[in-house]
Amino acid sequence: MSAAHPAAPHEPVLVGETRARLEALFPKYPTRQACLLPALWLVQQARGWISEPAMAEVAEVLGLTPAYVKGVVTFYTMYHTHPVGRHFIQVCTTSPCGLCGAEDVMRALLRETGCGELGATSPDGRFTVVEVECLGACGFATPVLVDDDFHDSVSPEGVAGLLARYP
Amino acid sequence: MGYPHPIHPKETPVLSRHFGEAEARTYDGWAARGGWEGLRTALAMAPEAVVEAVKASGLRGRGGAGFPTGLKWSFMPKPSARPHYLVCNADESEPGTFKDREIMRWTPHQLLEGVAIAAHAIHAERAYIYIRGEFTEAWAIMEAALAEAYARGALGGDALGSGRRIDVVLHRGAGAYICGEETALMNSIEGKRGNPRIKPPFPAQAGLFGMPTTINNVETLAAVPHILVRGAAWYAGLCLGSPKSTGTKLISVCGHVQRPGNYEITMGTPMRDVIFEMAGGMRPGRTLKAVIPGGSSVPVMTAEEVGRCVTDYEGVVAEGSMLGSAGMIVMDDSADLVYQLWRLARFYAHESCAQCTNCREGTGWTTRVLERILAGQGKPEDLDLLVDLGEQMTGKTICVLSDSCAAPVVSGIRKFRGEFEAYIRRERQPALATV
Repeated sequence: MSAAHPAAPHEPVLVGETRARLEALFPKYPTRQACLLPALWLVQQARGWISEPAMAEVAEVLGLTPAYVKGVVTFYTMYHTHPVGRHFIQVCTTSPCGLCGAEDVMRALLRETGCGELGATSPDGRFTVVEVECLGACGFATPVLVDDDFHDSVSPEGVAGLLARYP
Repeated sequence: MGYPHPIHPKETPVLSRHFGEAEARTYDGWAARGGWEGLRTALAMAPEAVVEAVKASGLRGRGGAGFPTGLKWSFMPKPSARPHYLVCNADESEPGTFKDREIMRWTPHQLLEGVAIAAHAIHAERAYIYIRGEFTEAWAIMEAALAEAYARGALGGDALGSGRRIDVVLHRGAGAYICGEETALMNSIEGKRGNPRIKPPFPAQAGLFGMPTTINNVETLAAVPHILVRGAAWYAGLCLGSPKSTGTKLISVCGHVQRPGNYEITMGTPMRDVIFEMAGGMRPGRTLKAVIPGGSSVPVMTAEEVGRCVTDYEGVVAEGSMLGSAGMIVMDDSADLVYQLWRLARFYAHESCAQCTNCREGTGWTTRVLERILAGQGKPEDLDLLVDLGEQMTGKTICVLSDSCAAPVVSGIRKFRGEFEAYIRRERQPALATV
């Protein structure tokens, strides 16, 4: 997890359509704070990850402190606090999938993407692979999430074909 | 039904009858299958009468705890100026369990209907469905169904023309097993870290945003429309075992079976029928070693216990485990139980929210001791140490995550001690590199 943080100045993210989508959520909750998880999703969808200046922006809009927002961001595993590859791959290796060969699928993903190790991004910037705990599809081992696409019953042999769909 | 497999003759498909039918995902497709009649029936009834019907059905919580649903609803205070909330727990993350995902993927309107009925019953105008972040497909399907239900007037300011306001909001989780715990889930909706809260106060007194709240699992709520349409007596009559366990239950079967899937049974069906007939049994030449029957958080069962077990809340307890969420993790004789239990312990250590010491330290040390056993560095006293750790992790924390880590490990040591000792005596090749 050692990707360098870009040195470029922060471009505001909660503007335009992203800001409008956030404000459309306000009537659905009795507090602004309750919009925190949705706001973080909006930031991640817009930028691919959630930088500290972006956390400060979210804090400002929702009336929270940057430290509080960071505490929440880092509690949840799906928010990225550093840049990741163009395609983010999550493979389940918890026991039920493990019984059905998930670790072989994970090794094939690391090899075929060139990532080498879990959490690292491939040298071409195309992929990041992480291990994830139970994807809730234990009857369809091995499930793999590529970005927002759910693929089930992935085998080690199927990995190369799967990756080819994500240039 | 065990989608993608056809309905097995020993199943009782009620919730799962339309799994696999893409058309059932639409408003009209669901209505053509008898959908929305449950809500129409409920809206014509007083809320208290709906609560009584659900009480009479015997329906119990399908998320794991098995608490009587109608009784839970009856704990809600009388309507006042304070808003009431309904929360649907769709944070299905219990290893071995994948039933709620299928309910949302195939029958989103079935869930919305159940949510709306429950909201009416507890005097709530707003319901939140908390869907785990990883369920991208279920999310998209639920989002489309919700938009359609609003467009057709089933939800909103005048639900099905009843004059009742029922709003439903989808809320996306972001990766945290602990948010399946009801108070952690409410904190998560409020924009907080998912730390469980000390109870009391219970949600019916002070839940979401401090207001009276009822929280139910997806499968529980999906059963409610059927109870309204077909009657409480019909539901209560679906019972082959204990009279305290009624209705149907989706059993997720995974691991070493030939046909993994969700099978819907009448409560009280023999467990051997589920594993050996519906799920097709073991692969050729293999025999059953063990089953963790309630999702991963419950004691391991031996093949002998499985052979005797009646699948309902009381029946599984009688065989020393718990029905839990009924996600059955099946292991044949090729499985390395020690390795699998280490992998589960690692799961709990990763998912501990870390606020209670006995959980934070207990899950971590359980994992590390199992790791050294698997690396061929175990000591004879390690098994007693793990059992002692398990005792320190049971009944001593705010929520049961810590208990859930101890249960499979301690029962595994009690029932399969020889497998652990083989590593400790160096009779078995290390399964992990030196730690």
